[in-house]
Amino acid sequence: MPICGSVAPAYERSRSNMIGLIGMKTEVPSAIDTAAARGATYADARVAHLRIRSLTTKNGRVGQASESDSVGIGIRAIANGAWGFAASADLSRDAVEATAARAVEIAKASARVKRQDVRLAPERPAIVEWTTPYRIDPFTTSIEQNLDLLMKVDGELRAVSGVTLAETGMHFQREESWFASSEGADIHQTKYSTGAGYVAYAFAGSEIQKRSYPNSFGGQWQNRGYEQIEEMKLVENARRVAEEAVALHKADQCPEGVFTILLDGSQLGLQIHESIGHPIELDRVLGMEANFAGTSFLTLDKLGNLQYGSEIVNVVADARQEHGPGLGTFAYDDEGVEAQSTPIITNGRFTGYLSSRETAHRIGAERSGGTLRAEGWNRLPIIRMTNISILPGEKPLSCEQLIADTDRGIFMETNKSWSIDDKRYNFQFGCEIGWEIRNGKRVRMLKNPSYSGITTEFWNSMDAICSRDEWVLWGTPNCGKGQPQQVVGTGHGASPARFRNVRVGSAYKSS
Amino acid sequence: MLTKEQASDIFDRIRRIATTDEVEVFLTGSRFALTRFANNTIHQNLEEENCGASIRTTFAGRTARATANQFDDESLKRAVEASEKLAKVQEADPDLLPMASPQEADGEAGRACPERAERAEGNARPTQVPDRFFEQTAAISPGERAETVREMVAIADRHQLTTAGIYSTSESVEGIFNSRGLTRWHTQTLAEVSITMLGENSSGWQKLNSPDIGRLDAALLAEAAARKAVESTHPKEIAPAKYTVILEPAAVLDLVGFMFWDFSGMAILDQRSFLNERIGTKVFGANINIWDDAAHPLQAGSPFDGEGVRRQRVQLVENGVVKRVVFARGTAAKMNKSEYAGKIGEVQPTGHGFLLPNEMGEMPQNIVFSPPEKPQTVTEMVASTDRGILVTRLWYIREVDPYEKIVTGMTRDGTFLVENGKIQCGLRNFRFNQSLISMLSNVEAMSVPVRASGEESFDMVVPAMKVREFNFTEVTKF
Repeated sequence: MPICGSVAPAYERSRSNMIGLIGMKTEVPSAIDTAAARGATYADARVAHLRIRSLTTKNGRVGQASESDSVGIGIRAIANGAWGFAASADLSRDAVEATAARAVEIAKASARVKRQDVRLAPERPAIVEWTTPYRIDPFTTSIEQNLDLLMKVDGELRAVSGVTLAETGMHFQREESWFASSEGADIHQTKYSTGAGYVAYAFAGSEIQKRSYPNSFGGQWQNRGYEQIEEMKLVENARRVAEEAVALHKADQCPEGVFTILLDGSQLGLQIHESIGHPIELDRVLGMEANFAGTSFLTLDKLGNLQYGSEIVNVVADARQEHGPGLGTFAYDDEGVEAQSTPIITNGRFTGYLSSRETAHRIGAERSGGTLRAEGWNRLPIIRMTNISILPGEKPLSCEQLIADTDRGIFMETNKSWSIDDKRYNFQFGCEIGWEIRNGKRVRMLKNPSYSGITTEFWNSMDAICSRDEWVLWGTPNCGKGQPQQVVGTGHGASPARFRNVRVGSAYKSS
Repeated sequence: MLTKEQASDIFDRIRRIATTDEVEVFLTGSRFALTRFANNTIHQNLEEENCGASIRTTFAGRTARATANQFDDESLKRAVEASEKLAKVQEADPDLLPMASPQEADGEAGRACPERAERAEGNARPTQVPDRFFEQTAAISPGERAETVREMVAIADRHQLTTAGIYSTSESVEGIFNSRGLTRWHTQTLAEVSITMLGENSSGWQKLNSPDIGRLDAALLAEAAARKAVESTHPKEIAPAKYTVILEPAAVLDLVGFMFWDFSGMAILDQRSFLNERIGTKVFGANINIWDDAAHPLQAGSPFDGEGVRRQRVQLVENGVVKRVVFARGTAAKMNKSEYAGKIGEVQPTGHGFLLPNEMGEMPQNIVFSPPEKPQTVTEMVASTDRGILVTRLWYIREVDPYEKIVTGMTRDGTFLVENGKIQCGLRNFRFNQSLISMLSNVEAMSVPVRASGEESFDMVVPAMKVREFNFTEVTKF
């Protein structure tokens, strides 16, 4: 069991233990018994307690200061070969049993419109306790300490003339969950997520430019404790970031044409998310997201056959702690399947999907890939990305060396806009800042850089990727999917990389 | 479901726990059900019941919020203590107003902005929303939802198509109580159908919602989606370029939704709005008139904002001129002390603020486009088009440029070539990069506005539009 570096305050322990006693010792088993008595052939129940602290500042003042606490139970049931799900914030015995009964009633209604019975891949029921490894429980840090740091950053940003809006933010999350199933699983997990970052805006003339650090989407996020924030060097980078936001107004517009482009690791992480992570979701491939998030060009016949990228493209889906403390790291997924590593692209060839117990047999897999997750106790778990990461280059190569190795190109940093079609072919990304490279040197700053392409053509054009020293496990905290929509965090490890013959600048073409 | 009396009792208990005199509670309760289908099968089917108490406390210019979804004494105590602890550690904000009194919240502008004595103009007045709770909607059972889905699947089978979509129903309550005697309460139901029909190489889509389930005809929506899928089989590919487009209402909604965050007083103060230095000028075509009107019969939602201030009916755009933005109480007070006062139209609280504290201030969320002088149906727009593209729906729209309001995205689920006044065939989908300012300056025709729902923005009352020179920049593979 991982060692945690600090102990939760007494009232937290007593509250958590109280919910644990209620949830696991009596109510959850009664939920499963009720479901079985009503005709369920399978049932599972998940109690989750989510606590969030959010702090933001804007132009020297506190913008938001809030804490939230949410607890409830979600129950899945299979009856008459179909699924039902019911969730409630009421954890009394009567309410939990009523919720379980409702899940079965819903399952029987689902069975009126089915073509075949649900089939679950086998999974040995686990009995486990697991907690995110952390050194500093973020909820033990004082709010004064948190706000003091944000205000220091704010001061640095606004010290730069030309900055018209400075926004900072810090967010902590702890989710404690108890999962049990009619097969005997009993899993208790506690996950911590920590994120922080800032944005400097500069409005002048007819433009609003901005620069973010360490990333857009509120900054950098990982499943760690407060030590994550201490390592980010937030104050140290603020002046530079603000100066770049202002300098962009004087920069030349990114040219339009076909270029070699280099992407920084954070932008490459989002490229992975949109053009690899989503199309490999097997439920999407099988049409289960067709009305909202879309389908996928990765039809089942492409598994093992499609040359997804060049031979140096190697991508894994890895939820294990040893991959890193990403937002997609856990011990067991939300239907009790152990975290695993699945090769997705191996030497450029398409080799794997993200699967669940229900979908595994569709690709001939004997076991689920362990990717089922829910946003909270009140949501049905669905297939989600875990940590979808590109492996770094094996030969030593720093970002500066990659630039030096490039005759002519454009280096783009930090995402500003993102869009892709509903089968995940055509994409367009915009970044906050670009740098023209000539003869291996950055020669000028460029504003409004953007690029577009077709997924497989793009990944097949990758001809270099930096090595492990440049690899960062980035966090995307706001991935949306499902109906009703669920937002979860995903992790994406990436090093800077280079791509040839990419269309650049179409976002601003005659618009 | 939480009742107003229960909510009032919870507020009284919170007041007794709080150590400050200024307390505000936003209470919610909901029961939500959704039946989801794909591959002509119900594959996900769920119900959820939840509640929440979001507690704000204030200590001499310092405020913070804590939320819990359990109403036992210990949980409420913990939430109150968390709110108070968060508030006390901050520096005092000189711009933080006392919580709203019932008189201020009912829209007496003179009391809300003591620096200005003007009364509200006739076109900015509190609105009385119609009843939005329908028992028939709340009472729908899992079995009834399944039967409706069965009917939609039968339509798919008849057309030899695959269908995917959702049918959802919900009931919800929300209320605001504060220590100055303000009490607000709102109840609502909502039913929604969204359906996609898929052929081998084509698709069609429809979506609609309403507080009153009697206004939804799921079979009609299924037939319309099926027709689009059938009529767009074997799509052709044409080169991307600037085209005349006919945008169905959902497509219009998802595009213009990217503007409305900027119709905010706070966005002007922060200088992040595309309306910086444009208020009072003609930004769009003269045929564009836009209101925010929570009481419109085709609208939904509560009649009050995050502080309990009644939502006012506000004209945002008149004959293409941006007239006004909306204001929370605090934003209005701050604006009147700023360098922008006198340059941006009427400044008074309009009842559009978010829950405090927040960074964004406010935004209009009950958008209503005025009908044109001579409305045209989509059929009439098609008939009048020599060469153009009919668009059912747009997807994955994101902002490319915040000041020129250039957005990018894709067409989806029913894109057609129109030539010589007729729909000729389906088309492969396009990527667009389009400035919303020039789009709304190039509107050649509009339909009667209808209640529409998309995926990228909140529901609105919008027309279909025929727009010239819409900028398609790339085409995808399907």
